[in-house]
Amino acid sequence: MPSLKSLRSRINSVKSTRKITQAMKMVAAAKLRRAQAQAEAARPYAERMERMLASLGAAVAGSPDAPKLLVGTGADKVHLLVVVTADRGLAGPFNTNVGRFARNRIRELEAQGKTVKVLSVGRKGAAYLKREFASRFVGEITFAGKKRIGFEDAAEIAARITAMLDAGEFDVCALVYNRFKSVIAQVATEQRLIPAPLPEAAAATASGPVALYEYEPAEDEILAALLPQNLAIQVYRALLESAAGEQGSRMTAMDNATRNAGEMINKLTLNYNRTRQANITKELIEIISGAEAV
Amino acid sequence: MATFQLELVSPEKLLLSRQVEMVIVPAFEGEMGILPGHSPMIVALRGGTIRVRENGQETERLFVAGGFAEITPDRVTVLADEATPVADLSRAEAERRIAEAERAYTDAALDTPEKRDAAMAKLLAMRAMRDAAQAA
Repeated sequence: MPSLKSLRSRINSVKSTRKITQAMKMVAAAKLRRAQAQAEAARPYAERMERMLASLGAAVAGSPDAPKLLVGTGADKVHLLVVVTADRGLAGPFNTNVGRFARNRIRELEAQGKTVKVLSVGRKGAAYLKREFASRFVGEITFAGKKRIGFEDAAEIAARITAMLDAGEFDVCALVYNRFKSVIAQVATEQRLIPAPLPEAAAATASGPVALYEYEPAEDEILAALLPQNLAIQVYRALLESAAGEQGSRMTAMDNATRNAGEMINKLTLNYNRTRQANITKELIEIISGAEAV
Repeated sequence: MATFQLELVSPEKLLLSRQVEMVIVPAFEGEMGILPGHSPMIVALRGGTIRVRENGQETERLFVAGGFAEITPDRVTVLADEATPVADLSRAEAERRIAEAERAYTDAALDTPEKRDAAMAKLLAMRAMRDAAQAA
């Protein structure tokens, strides 16, 4: 049976752990609200961009000299996966989820004989994937130490992707990130970036009477300017969703941890009281049997 | 007077969404005034000032660093790369960014023509920003 002193110190240490997890939960809740608001604010732009792109893409997609960002290189050999994870841990299964999803995807692609390259965003995913796929890494980006993700950060990543495409370093590009389904559910998803997936169905139904836009300057020039912007906004959206998901996941994880710590404290306190009682009883018995012997 | 819906969005937020009578946008090939019932168009924007008219008066002036506008007879959507009310612009900030853009342009001088054009567009946008700040 553990001594009273060791029980006391364990109870104290679990109590301070509970304080930390509780504080982390509060912080995550506050950050979650902010991240959600930011993700919400980015939505109108993305929606309008999509609408514009649908009408433009339909006008240009058929032509042979359509820009690479829209139609890709035509080949399907080299895949670039942009894996978005968090920079910090202690967020429950958040990082491992994306990591595992990416790992399965890489294996699947390589089994089909494709070459895979990995661009990781966020420290945790990099650490996870590097153990197995270090040779596929082409770059790492982290926002560690940054207060808030701005559109410029996404634009930078997009510029990097575009530069790689221009250099012919890959054929197909996809984003892997945690989609924010709800505060307690984040789903690891893959979203194709290049060739750009046009909202075909919507374009087809809308292209009837509406597609009579005039363009200034010409379609292909607008498209050339619009596509990088679209790429950036897609990345931006993924970053924001991932950031919101991270906080949500951390909040749930810390909530569970706080509850577990509480349970543990109860158990230990019970144990402590029992031991104390046993000690007293033992001492009493000793005194009584001593007195009787006299 | 007839009105139409104007929406101004930047990647970070929805800046403006209301009924207006007229809007003047800095289109790629010159300023363009849009009234209700305009024929459908998609235009690229350069750096410049968007001016909004309501009730016969100019009510808003916003600087955009570039972007796109989608025009339909009853709606105008402006997707701005970056938008600030002209009153909030600062001359010093604009000068700093001009210097930055000039440096980027010199760096891009030996690069591909597309990159050079992009740097030039950026520089022009920043100069437009200074002019807008000065006029305010």
